[in-house]
Amino acid sequence: MIPARKPLTGATKLTIQGLRVAFRTESGEVLVLDNLDLEVREGEFVCILGPSGCGKSTFLNVVAGFLPPTAGSVRIDGEEVRGPDPRRIFVFQERGVFPWLTVEGNIGFGLGKSSKAERARRVAHYVELVGLRGFEQAYPHELSGGMKQRVEVARALAVDPDMLYLDEPFGALDSITRLEMRRELLRIWQAERKTILFVTHDIEESVQLADRIVVMTARPARIRRIVEVDLPHPRDLSSRRYLELRDGIFEEIGLAHRV
Amino acid sequence: MSHQTESSIPDTPARPNRLVPFVGLFFLLVAWDLAIRFGHAPLLPGPWKVARAIGELAQKGFLFKHIVASLFRVTWGYLLATAVGVPLGIALAWYRVGGLALAPLVEIVRPISALAWIPLAILWFGVGDRAAIFIIFIASVWPLSVAAMSAVSNVSWVLWNAGRNFGLSPREIARRVLLPAILPRLLVGLRLSLGIAWLVVVAAEMIAVNSGLGFLIIDARNAGNRYDLVVAGMVLIGTIGLLLDMMMRRIESLPALRWGYAQDPREAA
Repeated sequence: MIPARKPLTGATKLTIQGLRVAFRTESGEVLVLDNLDLEVREGEFVCILGPSGCGKSTFLNVVAGFLPPTAGSVRIDGEEVRGPDPRRIFVFQERGVFPWLTVEGNIGFGLGKSSKAERARRVAHYVELVGLRGFEQAYPHELSGGMKQRVEVARALAVDPDMLYLDEPFGALDSITRLEMRRELLRIWQAERKTILFVTHDIEESVQLADRIVVMTARPARIRRIVEVDLPHPRDLSSRRYLELRDGIFEEIGLAHRV
Repeated sequence: MSHQTESSIPDTPARPNRLVPFVGLFFLLVAWDLAIRFGHAPLLPGPWKVARAIGELAQKGFLFKHIVASLFRVTWGYLLATAVGVPLGIALAWYRVGGLALAPLVEIVRPISALAWIPLAILWFGVGDRAAIFIIFIASVWPLSVAAMSAVSNVSWVLWNAGRNFGLSPREIARRVLLPAILPRLLVGLRLSLGIAWLVVVAAEMIAVNSGLGFLIIDARNAGNRYDLVVAGMVLIGTIGLLLDMMMRRIESLPALRWGYAQDPREAA
């Protein structure tokens, strides 16, 4: 059991100020993100929660440096983000694995500059960590969705980044695999102490994983509320506090929790 | 764990015998033979006569000479077309503005049959190998550049971003992401263009040179209506075309490429 929140006295990792993103389309300018401010501390697990199409993916892409902001700034360790950086790896849904490489080839993809021995050692370590031993020589099309997702997480971890950006990483998985992957992600997070930004539209998922949940509005996305999840890991999904937090967010978003 | 791709083709119960394709061939030969025996077509040869004609060519040493001449021209024309068409297609897809500027030019030149270039080819290069090679080049360069262009524009942006995220330089991205990502589609284009090149060599050889399988056909007809040699040439062209296609298909089954041809659309994505 680990404490509910890791030392949040830690340094500020990520500072977002006045972030605004607009896309130019044929029918004029579409505002996607409107005036976002957010701070994330080192080692924190933050979920970005919002309805589908609200722009939370765009948000993550801007933070990762794949898209330039229209206005405002994104700073990491006090430094302006100007493009993607191997110190911060983006994990897509399992579509991000390279289909022409084996599991080993994928996990070692970002280790081009290391020596052969070091590369082999790291690949073996992360194959083990994500539970893919015996599949080192398999190609992605021979793997299930959950296994491909593990390959991608392992590929990200192998370059030892300080931050991970996960964009609905378990969205395409079946519900059992999804639960398993969440548990695994938490285990890895505890072991590796990365700062994690995790985009999801799944309220339960966010309450199970995050230290803090950033609840977004529909487009243009603004921050509606930030929910602190003061629950220790592993979280008891039937505890009163868990249900309280979950239902609070359901109400916040305006959904009745009855089908 | 190779569930989706393989399991749709159960290998024990229903896999057809390897000999099945030869049954059709056998019946074709029988029908051909019967038609010649009982029909009234004095000039047309039956299968035995054609087989003997091929034997005759082999004996005189012409068989090898003509095949090598045709393969030589196809190889050069096709390699040149690959060297020009593939980089051109990649560049057109990569540099959007340049692509837009050049697209109309390509689209106007592309529908002109390679055969329409024969007079110009002879004017520029004279009668000889170079004219034939030029015609084969023209015939296969456009399908190749279009295949390369569509292969590049079909690469998922997720793969680009994944490559960029790991700090790769543009050159490394080209080598480690772009090239492997387009290879499966590119190979299909390469295979189809090789087929086109082989189709066109015959026409080119009928006009621009005096050797090769196309020349064999036209020469056999002109020099004494040797229709057994004409059909022998046709059979050889078909057989070599089939072998070339099989060779290219073999490359497509390499494990690092098979993903590009997955049956399940989810996996091909």
